[in-house]
Amino acid sequence: MMTGNAGQRAARLLAPLAIGIVFLAAWEAVVRVEGIPSYILPAPSAVAQSLWVDGPSLFGSLLVTLRITLAALAAAAFFGGAIALLFSRSRILELSLFPYAVILQVTPIVAIAPLIIIWVREPFLALLVCAWIVAFFPIVSNTTVGLNSADRNLLMLFRLYGASRGQTLIYLRLPTALPYFLAGLRISGGLALIGAVVAEFVAGTGGAETGLAFRILEAGYRLAIPRMFAALFMLSLTGIVIYLVLDLLSRLLLRRWHESALNEEEE
Amino acid sequence: MLRGVTKRFVSGLEALGGVDLRVAHGEFLSLLGPSGCGKSTLLRIVAGLSEPTGGSCELHLGGQSGKAIPAGHIGFVFQDPTLMPWSTVRANVELPFRIAGRVRAAERDRVAAALHAVGLAGFEGAYPHQLSGGMRMRVSIARALVTGPELLLLDEPFAALDEITRLALNDDLLRLWELHRPTILFVTHSVFESVYLSTRIAIMAPRPGRIVADLPVSLAQPRERAVRTAPSYALMCERVSAALGAAMSEAPV
Repeated sequence: MMTGNAGQRAARLLAPLAIGIVFLAAWEAVVRVEGIPSYILPAPSAVAQSLWVDGPSLFGSLLVTLRITLAALAAAAFFGGAIALLFSRSRILELSLFPYAVILQVTPIVAIAPLIIIWVREPFLALLVCAWIVAFFPIVSNTTVGLNSADRNLLMLFRLYGASRGQTLIYLRLPTALPYFLAGLRISGGLALIGAVVAEFVAGTGGAETGLAFRILEAGYRLAIPRMFAALFMLSLTGIVIYLVLDLLSRLLLRRWHESALNEEEE
Repeated sequence: MLRGVTKRFVSGLEALGGVDLRVAHGEFLSLLGPSGCGKSTLLRIVAGLSEPTGGSCELHLGGQSGKAIPAGHIGFVFQDPTLMPWSTVRANVELPFRIAGRVRAAERDRVAAALHAVGLAGFEGAYPHQLSGGMRMRVSIARALVTGPELLLLDEPFAALDEITRLALNDDLLRLWELHRPTILFVTHSVFESVYLSTRIAIMAPRPGRIVADLPVSLAQPRERAVRTAPSYALMCERVSAALGAAMSEAPV
């Protein structure tokens, strides 16, 4: 049992790693054999070199983007949770406001980002608002479902023992909604990063500080394609790290009781 | 206790059509009938969780009646254990006290005593997913008993359990009833279970739900496993089955 589990864990790590190595090797080989110039497709070795040389300055830009992303995610978690709570308290409010949340969600952020950047003078705040708009919907919609998913019989039991609305919320609805909220948060983590990058792209040179997205744009203009790839690589890595951190948070909070976080051996 | 209670759902379905029922203190009454005969609806009306469309339901508990009955005088056990999965066994049983806003040493002792009474001492820190179906149902019963209710309402509590667990819980429930003597309303659709457990059986028929027979069970007390093989038990089961059969043929399912 133990060895089977360890073997499976190793396979889960090694299999994608092997695919990645094979892919990179093939990429390197094709570029070298065909003699493709680096401004069309840089070899992985060239990207690695650029990562080494430009790494420190790119990392500074990454921090700018990361700050926007995390602030947007925090705002999405806070306001998303609060709006969901409001919805669960008042059906009328939910019915009248939810469609607008949907509209905000389905409107392409690329289309409204220029407006927001014009309206909101402070560049950091403008980017934050863009990223927030993209990130808040999964949290609102998931948490609203969660808050309304309390077990019918438990609700009746709470009534039988004379629980107040506040008690029912704290002891029953909030714990029920937590897994839904966390699932929404995991989706929003990636979306906040995408939102921040899109907003930076639109803001272009208008931004005072240079985030990673702007560096990608700039590298493209200068045909410094290896650096563009290096920045892209850092961006993807950041997205993965954000997902892993949120996944870990979810597992830690739910590990004692929720199906999604229970160890199979324990069952 | 119940006088001409009717219940009509918003959909127009008549769930209960004039139920009269008087239950004495300390009685173990089974409501037996096919599914859809309004047994659970009746139980919910008694618990005050549902308002009757017509008639009245009067409870006299703890020297109070009607709306003045304080919380905790009625215990309710559902068909599912209905536990909070994020809470330990202890916190689940403690829930009635936490809602009442007082969890002190005395209440903690009562939680421990209730868990001991259902044979779950030592499992206080466990989470529901770590327990078997039977154990979860025991937690549910402990939670219903912890406030020392005078009226215990059970809505097919053992229907989802396997036979072995079910028989064990039948005996445990009898033991607890003999110990504390609460009034019990027990909804079931098992003839054998109702005869083994109760002092009286009300047989219900569907469409609209009503009581068609009211049979006292005069088997020896306290009941033990030997009762299940006694000729008097078999005879009683036969009578109840016949009455149930008559009720069902009256309104074909």
